[in-house]
Amino acid sequence: MNRNKREELLRDLTPEIEKTSKSWYLVFAGLLVVFIIGIYGLIQQVDKGHIVTGMRDNVVWGVYIVNFIFFMGLSYAGALVSGTLHLFKTSWRAPVIRLAELITVISLAIGPFFIFFCVGRLERIPYILAFPRIQSPIVWDVIAILTDVFGAAIFLYVSFIEDFAILRDSENLQTAPWKKKMFRILSLGYTGTPKQKKILTFSRNVMAAMIIAIAIIVYSVLAWIFGVTLQPGWHSTIFGPYFVIAAVFSGVGLLIILMAIFRKIYSLEKYITKKHFVNLGIVLFVIAAFFGYFTFSDYLTKWYGSVKMDKILIDKLFTEFRTYFIFANYIGILTPIIIIAIPRLRTIRNITIAAVIALVALWVNRYIIIVPTLETPFLPIQDTRHDWLFYSPTWVEWSLTAAGVAVFGMLFMIISKLAPIVSISELEEAEEKNDV
Amino acid sequence: MEKEAKDSSSRRKFIRKFGLGLGSVAVAGSAAVAAGTSGSDGSGEKVTLLSADGQLVEVDRASIRVARKETREQIKKSHLGIPGRKFVMVIDLAKCKNARKCVDACQEGHMLPRDHEWIKIQLLQDSELTARYWFPKPCYHCDSPLCVSVCPVGATYKREDGIVLVDNKRCIGCKFCMTACPYSARVFNWKDPEVDMPKDHVYDPELNVPPVEGTVGKCVFCADRLRINELPRCVRACPMGVIYFGDVNEDAVTNGVETLRFSSLMVERHGYRHMEELGTMPTVYYLPPVDRMYPVEIGFEDLDESISDRYKPQGSKKSAKPKK
Repeated sequence: MNRNKREELLRDLTPEIEKTSKSWYLVFAGLLVVFIIGIYGLIQQVDKGHIVTGMRDNVVWGVYIVNFIFFMGLSYAGALVSGTLHLFKTSWRAPVIRLAELITVISLAIGPFFIFFCVGRLERIPYILAFPRIQSPIVWDVIAILTDVFGAAIFLYVSFIEDFAILRDSENLQTAPWKKKMFRILSLGYTGTPKQKKILTFSRNVMAAMIIAIAIIVYSVLAWIFGVTLQPGWHSTIFGPYFVIAAVFSGVGLLIILMAIFRKIYSLEKYITKKHFVNLGIVLFVIAAFFGYFTFSDYLTKWYGSVKMDKILIDKLFTEFRTYFIFANYIGILTPIIIIAIPRLRTIRNITIAAVIALVALWVNRYIIIVPTLETPFLPIQDTRHDWLFYSPTWVEWSLTAAGVAVFGMLFMIISKLAPIVSISELEEAEEKNDV
Repeated sequence: MEKEAKDSSSRRKFIRKFGLGLGSVAVAGSAAVAAGTSGSDGSGEKVTLLSADGQLVEVDRASIRVARKETREQIKKSHLGIPGRKFVMVIDLAKCKNARKCVDACQEGHMLPRDHEWIKIQLLQDSELTARYWFPKPCYHCDSPLCVSVCPVGATYKREDGIVLVDNKRCIGCKFCMTACPYSARVFNWKDPEVDMPKDHVYDPELNVPPVEGTVGKCVFCADRLRINELPRCVRACPMGVIYFGDVNEDAVTNGVETLRFSSLMVERHGYRHMEELGTMPTVYYLPPVDRMYPVEIGFEDLDESISDRYKPQGSKKSAKPKK
């Protein structure tokens, strides 16, 4: 192994583990404040009941469920992207695969909390495990998510072992003794013997394959929570694959955004290059095309056939929700396609902007899947107070949403201080191959 | 709850200990008496009691214990339903004039707060050129209930007599049943309803009182009244005799004034179920609004303004907002 090469990698990638800048603490404190405001909102909600949210008897699921689907989607996308990159031995994966793996686990740690916020009696959540009824899609989802939590955690961990060993063996690493101790324990005595290497490679391949399958199944199950009901707009056979595609769309978008952020802040320009943005941009392009195609066929069949309820729903989407609809399903899909399709536009900045638009548009897309359907039940909403008719999220819901995003940021920031955000071992392997 | 559970188990132990075939006998409505005949460790003084199967029995006074109604027992009982029954409701749309007495009786009987109605009166118009009509909508107690299928914890259940109930001590408040129900029959307790219950009140899903914050509620067909051979509150309250209630097995329904043969009513008045095509198989039937007794406008008379407001065109989100 090339010693100098490793020294260089360590020198470039480990400073963030060794010392923490003031601005890191500042940003972290800011996120912490957002998180605390969210906790205050949650306390209000638990204390006064769900009356403090914008949800009422018709729109019983609101922003919380949108966030749940959104974060779970990011997680599955992270799994699908990192699993695929790993399994197909994509040559350029080395600097970005760990970010994708981290997205998987961190989003997965946040998503389920939004379901909890939506549940009327938090203290009875354990009933799902105590009295489960297997015919309920929620129970399918609980089983699926629990499987996914373990799968994703193992996948992330096995991908970290080699790096932990490298950090443990690195004499120049200036870091707290407890971190050194942590590296020693977590590296599980890995020294890189051929036998160990073989076992580790095998585990990583198996987990990569499994995580792809789990991600597809789990996100389809989540889509079926909506698909199995009779509600107009939800009762659709396309929902499973549609949700999976949507998830990958948002996940690739987020990956590009994180690449841009960490590249800049942690000075990784040498490793995360334009090539990575363009390659992932092309992935985003393909997924956007698929996503647009699914969206189009879902709405086209509803609009053309114009069954009474579908017609009411489509009318609502095209009038009251027009702005959202145009942003989510035209701008959100076409922007990445146009930016990537024209080579001249393919700059790191443009691709990042496209990714941001894609990510936000997907959230809005989820919103106009959930809310308009609930506002158009089979029997017209009547004999109900006027101000209970329509949904508009309250500050409690927004504060918890912001808290979710803040926790995502904080977890990413913490992990980036404990282990390299770019995989050293992957880079080493990639460079070795290039040398040969 | 914990204490009740302890009580219940000690009572069961008591019965088991004496190995009785006699079990419990019902006296004076709610109180039940568990009694033993062994007499070996009793005081010797005998009491004559009427057993559930109508026989006079002598039991030792010392082994009599008054059994309190217990939540756990009530919930268990509420799962079983009333044997041999298959309840059905028929709503005669020709007679309804939105008098809202059914709503009031239901609200009062179930201690429901305002804006939390288990029965709603819709004003429907099937298409532009057809007539409007008042349409009372309770829970349909479907024979293929999606709400029951999707409940993750078994808090809502279908009994053998056809009634669908909610156990608000089990409900976690995920609201999946509310999105699954195509008739919007369910309502959520968005805040603590703050009803004062008598101290000795025992929760029973058949009455489903008091409402619990963060759980789902809905029409229970007044299962508690059916238990004591009474008609549901809405049926009794309706001044027009709109709502008929009965038993398919007996082929009879009554609105409290007249009792009709269910099958002939269906034939003669062309009974139907709302949105049959959804396949949920409701047990509530409607008689079409033909040969109406009143014009539909009568339904707007004498309405509280806050209620008549509810029938104004909904408009869009923007036009609804200033009313907040």
